[in-house]
Amino acid sequence: MTEALVEARGLTKKFEDFVAVDSIDFDIIKGEAFGFLGPNGAGKTSTMKMITTVSPITDGKMTVFGLDPTTQGRAIRQRLGVVPQEDNLDLELTVAENLYIYGRYHDMSRASIRERIVELLDFAQLSDRADAKVDSLSGGMKRRLTIARALINDPDLVILDEPTTGLDPQARHALWDRLYRLKQRGATLIITTHYMDEAEQLCDRLVVMDQGKIVAEDSPRKLIQTHAPREVVELRFESGTQDEHVLKLDGVAQRTEVLADRMLLYTDDAEATQQEIERRGVHPEQVLVRRSTLEDVFLKLTGRRLID
Amino acid sequence: MTALRGPIRVVESELLGYKRTWRGTAISSFVNPLLFLTAMGLGVGSMVDSGEGGLGISYLAFVATGLMAASAMQNGAADGAFPVMAGIKWRKSFEGAIATPISPADIVVGRFLWSIVRLTFILVVFGAIATLLDAMEFVPAMKAVPPGVLTGLAFTTSITAFTVTRENETSLSTLFRFGIIPLFLFSGTFFPISQLPGFLQPIAYATPLFHGVELVRKFALPGADSTVVTAIPVWVHLVYLVALTAVSLYLASRWLEKRLKK
Repeated sequence: MTEALVEARGLTKKFEDFVAVDSIDFDIIKGEAFGFLGPNGAGKTSTMKMITTVSPITDGKMTVFGLDPTTQGRAIRQRLGVVPQEDNLDLELTVAENLYIYGRYHDMSRASIRERIVELLDFAQLSDRADAKVDSLSGGMKRRLTIARALINDPDLVILDEPTTGLDPQARHALWDRLYRLKQRGATLIITTHYMDEAEQLCDRLVVMDQGKIVAEDSPRKLIQTHAPREVVELRFESGTQDEHVLKLDGVAQRTEVLADRMLLYTDDAEATQQEIERRGVHPEQVLVRRSTLEDVFLKLTGRRLID
Repeated sequence: MTALRGPIRVVESELLGYKRTWRGTAISSFVNPLLFLTAMGLGVGSMVDSGEGGLGISYLAFVATGLMAASAMQNGAADGAFPVMAGIKWRKSFEGAIATPISPADIVVGRFLWSIVRLTFILVVFGAIATLLDAMEFVPAMKAVPPGVLTGLAFTTSITAFTVTRENETSLSTLFRFGIIPLFLFSGTFFPISQLPGFLQPIAYATPLFHGVELVRKFALPGADSTVVTAIPVWVHLVYLVALTAVSLYLASRWLEKRLKK
């Protein structure tokens, strides 16, 4: 029997007249990595804040660990690890002190915090920076420290709000590696992201959010299978000539998307599509064939791109 | 004790931060009273005391007791202003704290407890220096520490409540410029309120610093006559300051909750 750590039904968040989260349903199962994917303003962070009990629910029902966030916030937070979108480390304290204070906030004994700090610094690859002031760390290091801090209480559920936004590619990969390890140890993760590759790498199951609503829910692979043909042929034309070519290419693929700078052709057989393009006498400046990704799913579901 | 567990954790975190900055604050708690008492008490006092219609006590004793309360006000007010804005907005350390079992009320109560510790230290030092300069007797000076701390707390809590409703620091500077400084000058710190123009006197009686100054004098200068203190009973000052502190503490907790948990 699978155990749901978070159950939401008709969950809604309004800020005066603005509906940030519009009656969504989801279950998060113990041991899975669950993703909320969507562009900025889709309602991901508002949802996270309701789960972490720092934002009152406007309407609908939700339980976290079977508890009520409105009345049992403290008991819920005791078992959560929260990695906020923006780091809020104490810059004037050292790396180890930041972990120590969080341990105290969680009412841990000094001795058990000390033990845990050694493990976590090792996990976050910051052992040699234990006594450095946080101010002196790089962005990637601060992010890893924020994650380590969220793990101080050995949480049953770890919530990561856009864990790699703003990091360079190298730091992102280092962080994914840490999150992957966390997952292997059996932690339950909730991850919000507007990066498709991140969702594909880390999430077992995800929901796609747009304008406060859930527009699709499945595993990354199934979402791609259901909503996007296997391959994508991307065409770029000489500037100003895209429009005339678009007409000629009508019907060459199962589905086409015309973006400002390029055209996307969705097909199960890229080779056949390319031959057909050739046959119609269209010669794009650049042709790129790739596998469909969640980005393509998002485009199909919402008609918009993830990052503008 | 369970209810105080959260606030005590907040005190621990304040203490950890304080370890890095304590030298500067400790030195200023020694140097400030020394400078003020020398300049105002000994310098100005030598001229005041030689004049007519004196106070019945030395001007140094008068101004030292006033400054003790005023210093509690200034330190208390400072605790409730910029560090609170920093926690909400600049360093976002409050946001970090409330992601754990700590609640906004724990933060407010914890910072309140921390202010008690800090104000006690500052005022004990003040009393000791005043004793050395012969402005007060040691035992009455120490008896005036708790009333002084209460005065400071009335300001910490009320200004915390104010700060958590403010969007940015501009209104904090305004508060100090048009609130704290006039109080400092016109609440009986440097001269008895009876010297103010008649229509201003009721306003002065209504201010928290007036009650703090009166309270400190009534403890630190036992037997002072009506040129120095008013006939208002001690319990009135106590009720005023305790009520202001309690109401502010309650409002600060509620308003911080609203501010942080949107």
